[in-house]
Amino acid sequence: MNKKLLSNKKLIIGAFLSIIFLIIALVSLIYTPYDPAAMNSSDKFAGISFKHIMGCDNFGRDIFSRVMAGTKITIFIAIGTNIIGLFFGIIIGALTGYYGGILDEILMRFNDAVLAFPSILLALVFLSAFGPGQINVMISLGIVFVPSYARIIRSEYLRIKGLDYVTSAKLMGARNLRIITRHILPNVFPVIFSTVVIGFNNAVLAEAGLSFLGIGVQPPNASLGTLLSDSQSFVFSHPSYTFLTGGFMVLLIVSFSLFSDGFKEYINA
Amino acid sequence: MKYVIKKTATMLITVLLVSFFVFLAFSIIPGDPAVAKLGTQATPEKVMALREEMGLNRPLLVRFVSWIKDFIFGDMGTSYSYSLSVKAMIADKFPITITLTILSFIFIMIMSVPLGLYITEHDGSIVSKAVDCINQVLMAIPPFFSGMLITYFFGIVLRLFVPGGFVSYKRSFGEFILYLIFPAIAIALPKSAMTIRMLKMSILSEAGKDYVRTAYSRGNTTTAVMYKHVLKNAFIPVITFLGMTLSDIVAGSLIVEQVFSIPGLGRLLVTSISNRDYPVVQAIIVLIVVIVVVINLLVDVLYRVIDPRIEDE
Repeated sequence: MNKKLLSNKKLIIGAFLSIIFLIIALVSLIYTPYDPAAMNSSDKFAGISFKHIMGCDNFGRDIFSRVMAGTKITIFIAIGTNIIGLFFGIIIGALTGYYGGILDEILMRFNDAVLAFPSILLALVFLSAFGPGQINVMISLGIVFVPSYARIIRSEYLRIKGLDYVTSAKLMGARNLRIITRHILPNVFPVIFSTVVIGFNNAVLAEAGLSFLGIGVQPPNASLGTLLSDSQSFVFSHPSYTFLTGGFMVLLIVSFSLFSDGFKEYINA
Repeated sequence: MKYVIKKTATMLITVLLVSFFVFLAFSIIPGDPAVAKLGTQATPEKVMALREEMGLNRPLLVRFVSWIKDFIFGDMGTSYSYSLSVKAMIADKFPITITLTILSFIFIMIMSVPLGLYITEHDGSIVSKAVDCINQVLMAIPPFFSGMLITYFFGIVLRLFVPGGFVSYKRSFGEFILYLIFPAIAIALPKSAMTIRMLKMSILSEAGKDYVRTAYSRGNTTTAVMYKHVLKNAFIPVITFLGMTLSDIVAGSLIVEQVFSIPGLGRLLVTSISNRDYPVVQAIIVLIVVIVVVINLLVDVLYRVIDPRIEDE
């Protein structure tokens, strides 16, 4: 078992890097090298140095401090989005998968309709209704994520409800609610886990897209997406701003997807 | 045939449902479009008169039905901010976004299919491992970031195109396509990475099946088995995947248009959202739903042509 774990390079590297990113996000709650919002005109576009390891932006703000704080906001939104998506996804998926019938038919048709639509556009519609801001980004993306989660969880419930142990639980007189929550749900968790890691990455990408369009996280707060979109105006004169913030975001996503791939290989091996 | 009719019906329902929700979302948004149009200084009488004229006093469902009816007959309403017909505003932007989407799709096919086949055939080689590694990174790049990188390397370092120097298709179609090649690559890169991965997984899982062994035992060469037997089956999940990707490509082009300052639907959508110009927003979104849904239908039909085993439900 341990050998299997240690030989899985993707899982180890992915988990290691993901933990580093989580630590960066947590540390930024109490410490950043500089105040991420503090402007300093004498440091405008300061280059990379020991004082500012990623340099400074057009307002003389320390980019590394902003990246740290941005990681925190990005991860916060991604986690919130997944919690909302999962909560409703599990309820809808479990009920439709377990009971089936007309409710299932209607909800799944509705799901198909939503899934056919580019998710970022749907989030855009919600966001223009709710107004921009990080909580609203979280809610909009969360709603958009519900159908895909519901669909995955539904198919798991459909598969598991026909297994013998569920039938025997029924014969022993267990109520439906108990079967749904106590007997089937724990067996859905491995699938939920690997879906959530991918969902996390999708949330990071979608949030970045929304912030890039200017309707995501609003100043003075900044997510990694906001930073990247801020840097766009200076890509000609100060490309390192774009490369560093963008590279940081890509590395974050790569770490989580390595972790998810590795985890999938681990449970399937 | 029966299947196509059934699918078309579902398609229509999808379009109706989505447009209703979009309509609903914009109707419950706080803020009165009549006030927005007249400004805060307007007298209540004037606002009332304009609301009546804009048809805002009718019940929601009535407004939705009349809007859909007009939409089908080609009248998409009037823009709040520009007092222009929405149709005229969209008409010359639509071909731009569609061309960008199609170009991206072509690039995905050109980049991913040959490379995917190559690395599967040489699975385990250094090239294949390198492609796997690069893919992992490419998949994590949001399209606007790849757009920025392409602007920098091709536009500034190599000077292959002028960033921001978009040429309308009305002036010169050749230059128009030439400019769109770069944003199309920006959209295609991350998606190609996913397609290559998908193709490889699909071919490898097919190659382990019994019929492949049988084909070999009949004396077929590797190439013959691969191209005559395996690929036919391996392409089925890839086509489904590409169909699903299509909505992402459309969404991607809306965003990438911002990076390359292309005056397409995406730009109009974003400015209309910030101007609260809802008739324009609604029209664009419904139009995109129609495109995505129609292409999905085509993919579904294609799927059945390739694989006749899929029976009507």
